Amino acid sequence: MRNVIPVLTIVAALIALWYIAVVPMNAQWTQDQARRAGQDISFTELVADTMSQSRPRLPAPHQVAQELWNSTIVEEMTGRRGFMNTGSLSNRSLIYHGWVTLSATLLGFAIGSGLGIALAVGIVHNRGMDASVMPWAIASQTIPILAIAPMIIVVLNAVGITGLIPKAIISTYLSFFPVVVGMVKGLRAPDQMQLDLMKTYSASGQQVFAKLRWPSAMPYLFASLKVGIAAALVGAIVAELPTGASAGLGARLLSGSYFGQTLQIWSALFAAAILAASMVALIGLIQRVTLKRMGMAA
Amino acid sequence: MKVLQQTGGLQWAGMALAVLVALTFGGVTALGLTTVVLLLATVVLGIVPQHRKGWLWLLAVAAALAGAGQALLPFAASSLPVMAAIVAIWLGAWMLVAQLADRPRVAKGPGRLQGLLAPLTFGVTLLWLWEVTVRALEVPRVILPAPSAIWARILRSTDILWVDFVQTFVKGALSGFAIGVGAAIVFALLVDRSDFLRRGLLPVGNFLAVLPIIGTAPIMVMWFGFDWPSKAAVVVAMVFFPMLVNTVQGLAATEAMQRDLMRTYNASWAQALLKLRLPAAMPFIFNGLKISSTLALIGAIVAEFFGSPTRGMGFRISTEVGRLQLDMVWAEIAVAALAGSLFYGMIALVERGVTFWHPSQRGR
Repeated sequence: MRNVIPVLTIVAALIALWYIAVVPMNAQWTQDQARRAGQDISFTELVADTMSQSRPRLPAPHQVAQELWNSTIVEEMTGRRGFMNTGSLSNRSLIYHGWVTLSATLLGFAIGSGLGIALAVGIVHNRGMDASVMPWAIASQTIPILAIAPMIIVVLNAVGITGLIPKAIISTYLSFFPVVVGMVKGLRAPDQMQLDLMKTYSASGQQVFAKLRWPSAMPYLFASLKVGIAAALVGAIVAELPTGASAGLGARLLSGSYFGQTLQIWSALFAAAILAASMVALIGLIQRVTLKRMGMAA
Repeated sequence: MKVLQQTGGLQWAGMALAVLVALTFGGVTALGLTTVVLLLATVVLGIVPQHRKGWLWLLAVAAALAGAGQALLPFAASSLPVMAAIVAIWLGAWMLVAQLADRPRVAKGPGRLQGLLAPLTFGVTLLWLWEVTVRALEVPRVILPAPSAIWARILRSTDILWVDFVQTFVKGALSGFAIGVGAAIVFALLVDRSDFLRRGLLPVGNFLAVLPIIGTAPIMVMWFGFDWPSKAAVVVAMVFFPMLVNTVQGLAATEAMQRDLMRTYNASWAQALLKLRLPAAMPFIFNGLKISSTLALIGAIVAEFFGSPTRGMGFRISTEVGRLQLDMVWAEIAVAALAGSLFYGMIALVERGVTFWHPSQRGR
């Protein structure tokens, strides 16, 4: 807990810096407006205006917070197409768009981490797989996999697969390799002494796996799951860019950038950040509970 | 059957079965004489007992399989014997890989390259499988082009690929990488002077490093225009935090005993930094550099999806996908993969030279 004060200080400093940056970033537009109207504006008026433009180059933090609030709670509560009035989520609310992205992320993450664990088990138990697949798993991390995203989407569209699945495939792909690499490391974590002990117990291969390798891989598993889910979210967002998808946080980013709606971009960006942070925090929580029950809590 | 008990024995059995199926249902007419002869040769070679399988045996099996694969290509069609032959060659390659992986490792000399043989065989098999499947099933060009078509495309449009490479990789990714990494290291050195700042920045930096920073791309395009500076800005934002966190952690990686030794020498802050803490931080810094190198290329490519001049890898990928010129898209991806791997490999090479003392490097 001794980190709380420094962290809060840093966050406060970042927000203060942001506020200071808002003024010069948006001043140009305010001055142009004033000149066109033939008015002279004082410095305080200038500052006040830069904080409240409808399409600022850099929105102020409170504007972003307000937009986030408006496009989630307010939209669903009072909006014409909101949840309260129609019984379904409004297509203008970030809750709806966030859910579209989140569902693809979670599906892809579940498949990706499942496959990743399976492949890691195979690699650890089969020398041929280790020698042939592992170098490619590592090399593939150096390849900008996201570049393939548009093609996968379009090709699957052409075959008739649309909606959730193509996005989930890209999320799968991105969350797959961190899990493979982390789990291979984790399953190999037991040292020779421990493996020898299992041998003196005359443990079978399955028993060594269930009682020694799997438990000692847990910390590695959770570390790589955290990386994996963050990557899966990025994958789902980027997957929404190329086809001009109409729903999802990526679609909000893209349409915001087409129409110069900066507030929309920033609120979508923060929604994505909140999503990523809460998913990583959730995995962190599960990690803490699991490791505690296993008696490995640090 | 002694064959079954040795490494790759099961794969050999599967291969023999598949060859049998192929011969029963089609034989020479469906597969061509060369393919059949070479496949049978592979099956016979597989019976050689384990202890006699030397380099000559591996070479012979590899040559027979490669020949069979090459000879099969013109006959590729979606019929049972061809499919069985494809499975047979795949299982044969698997047997080869298993045998290669099972050989004792050589630590020194040209024998070290032996470790590359298994992954190379695996990669070539995958490429061949791709090629022959696309041909056999007659997959449309707009869904999945064959590797040979992609290769032909690369040769035909080297000029476009080069222009895109310069625009995205050299101008966008590399400049952003240099600025971001440089700024992060300088910032880490500043942070390092104050324990308060370090305790505050590490959690915040760790938090920011997992966020989808790539989403700032539309904002950067709005601020810095369509050309490469906006791509470089996205890259800077992406690499800054992973690099900062790694460097700060690295600078804290020395032990109290070592720092005390520096103090007994009456070393100044700069001397302690240069002689002790910076070298000790190098494994962490290189870890950050490796992470950043992959992020840089991704950032530069994805940022182009939000707007770019009429060149660049991301621009080319998104427009050629729209025109269903998938061979061009794959060509760009191949270039990106090659550039990314080389960049990563160069950093890993420098790392091996700089952190030769670290346990993770000594074992090699």
